[in-house]
Amino acid sequence: MVEKTFTITDPAGMHARPASALVGSLSKFQSDITMEFKDKKVNLKSILGVMSLGVPSGSQVQIAADGADEAEAMETIERVLQEQGISNA
Amino acid sequence: MSRLSGIAASNGIAIAKAFRLEHPDLTVDKKNVADPQAEIERFGSAVDESIAELEVIKKRTAEQISEKEADIFGAHLLVLQDPELIGPITDKIKTDSVNAEFALHETSTMFVDMFEAMDNEYMKERAADVRDVTKRVLAHLLGVKIQNPSLITDEVVIIAEDLTPSDTVQLNPQYIKGFITDIGGRTSHSAILARTLEIPAVVGAKSAMSSIQNGTIVIIDGLEGEILLDPDEATLAEYKEKQTAFAGQKAEWAKLKNEATLTKDGVAVELGANIGTPKDLTGVLENGGEAIGLYRTEFLYMGRDNFPTEQEQFDAYSAVLKGMEGKPTVVRTLDIGGDKELSYLKLPKELNPFLGLRAIRLCLEMPDMFRTQLRALLRASVHGNLKIMFPMIATLDEFREAKALLLEEKAKLEAEGVEVSDSIEVGIMVEIPSTAVMADTFAKEVDFFSIGTNDLIQYTMAADRMNESVSYLYQPYNPAILRLVKTVIDASHKEGKWTGMCGEMAGDEIAIPILLGLGLDEFSMSASSILKARSQLSRLSKADMEGHVEHILGLATSQEVEDYVNSL
Repeated sequence: MVEKTFTITDPAGMHARPASALVGSLSKFQSDITMEFKDKKVNLKSILGVMSLGVPSGSQVQIAADGADEAEAMETIERVLQEQGISNA
Repeated sequence: MSRLSGIAASNGIAIAKAFRLEHPDLTVDKKNVADPQAEIERFGSAVDESIAELEVIKKRTAEQISEKEADIFGAHLLVLQDPELIGPITDKIKTDSVNAEFALHETSTMFVDMFEAMDNEYMKERAADVRDVTKRVLAHLLGVKIQNPSLITDEVVIIAEDLTPSDTVQLNPQYIKGFITDIGGRTSHSAILARTLEIPAVVGAKSAMSSIQNGTIVIIDGLEGEILLDPDEATLAEYKEKQTAFAGQKAEWAKLKNEATLTKDGVAVELGANIGTPKDLTGVLENGGEAIGLYRTEFLYMGRDNFPTEQEQFDAYSAVLKGMEGKPTVVRTLDIGGDKELSYLKLPKELNPFLGLRAIRLCLEMPDMFRTQLRALLRASVHGNLKIMFPMIATLDEFREAKALLLEEKAKLEAEGVEVSDSIEVGIMVEIPSTAVMADTFAKEVDFFSIGTNDLIQYTMAADRMNESVSYLYQPYNPAILRLVKTVIDASHKEGKWTGMCGEMAGDEIAIPILLGLGLDEFSMSASSILKARSQLSRLSKADMEGHVEHILGLATSQEVEDYVNSL
């Protein structure tokens, strides 16, 4: 399992556009991928799950990937978060 | 011929046959199924069909409307492929041996309830997404047809109970000439979109669905909020003429978009826009605004549960300043209190909130909050032509105190090595009679005045503008108001300063000729009024209007002023 903490720097928090881009980029991976915020853990492949967290600006989230392609998945996550400009990783 | 009326939501006249957009009956019954595996497959096919349909709608919307509007279907597609939605549904079919319709309905209701319970507008819209997607899949399961407006290829006007976001983004102005809904108001999602697409619309018509049949010829008058069914020849001719006249007027105004505002005798005045958020910039530029005469920063503070940070404010102010590309941008510092409250700032209840702790009074009472805003403004100042304006100034002491805080923050930033513009003008709103009366003294210290007429009228006439029983006292043309306006303008000009106006009155057809005669330098109004005002000013002579001022100020009542201007 690989795990990493990200700080969400976008003033609007984890909002629709970046969340959609992130979730959309992960469906191809086999690994289980989760995001945890304030003791609540959701499936990062689920847009409804991610939106239900309502992550505000400046907060930290823990993302974990577990499975055969976990390293690749984490790379994708870091890239998308940076491309979308919502986290400095 | 018969008539209906509703709320005028988007300007213009549409004449076409009616197309009823009906939402099919999607009532769900719980049934037990003998073969859950087959039921899961049936559900899978309905999802696949829905995905295929959404891909087509998304593509059409992107081609015919915009990429941005197509995004909503991108979101629907993600929801349809969400393992947290699909997983529980198939599990439920399997473990409970229930039909797919019931499993879908139960699971999506849970998500809808969850999103709707959240105290956040954005999350509530997600509930609408889940509901929209659920309907689409249900329709496929039940074998009923959902109408998709993007598939219409005839000229029609749409009649509907209400339009869902997924309906409205599919409206192609080439075929959809207008729409009527039974519910909704001027600020509902569909009304706003109608104005963006520039198609006429009447909302809140109440009985359109129960009284208009498919194919009936309908006239929508989006200017008056009127609907005419089955018009006779004479009415049809009358409205075709009205339609041509409206198109002609719009074309005439559009020609003025990139023109300077010049009176008939060649005097330049400045037409600015009032905005609330950086999003409003588009409207300002599309309507040829020469300035922003009032940026109401309180919207940054509203609809959230804590104060906006310096960085958030800096981002918003910079976006507006950059977007205006060097054109004057007057930013009003926080005007909160009175009728405008913040959930996270508990202020004691007041007996007379409009006469209480609000605007600059509150900011001087809470200097830390105020300093944060001033720092954000100063940092943003290098991105454009910033002018800072303090609201609700009643005494010169208040202005001096606010300006001192501004200069302190400027010095601090410069000491930190942050670049700050050296040419920021600092002015005040004139909305309290004491300040209007003392304008000559203020003019020696401020860089400009902006007259806020809504409050100036309320305080001068001692009439609460929220109280309907005294609404007759809201009299912008009352000579008392006009004399105060003259005092302010004259005082500013004597010191080589300028005066703007940013209330409703600045865009008012009757007031514009008077204000021109009084020498007002800048008129700031809602963006959609700018081209109309520019057109009106091009037909007025400033010298002529100056000649009428003395007579107007000598009239006795508001009605006499109105009648006199109408007679010119």
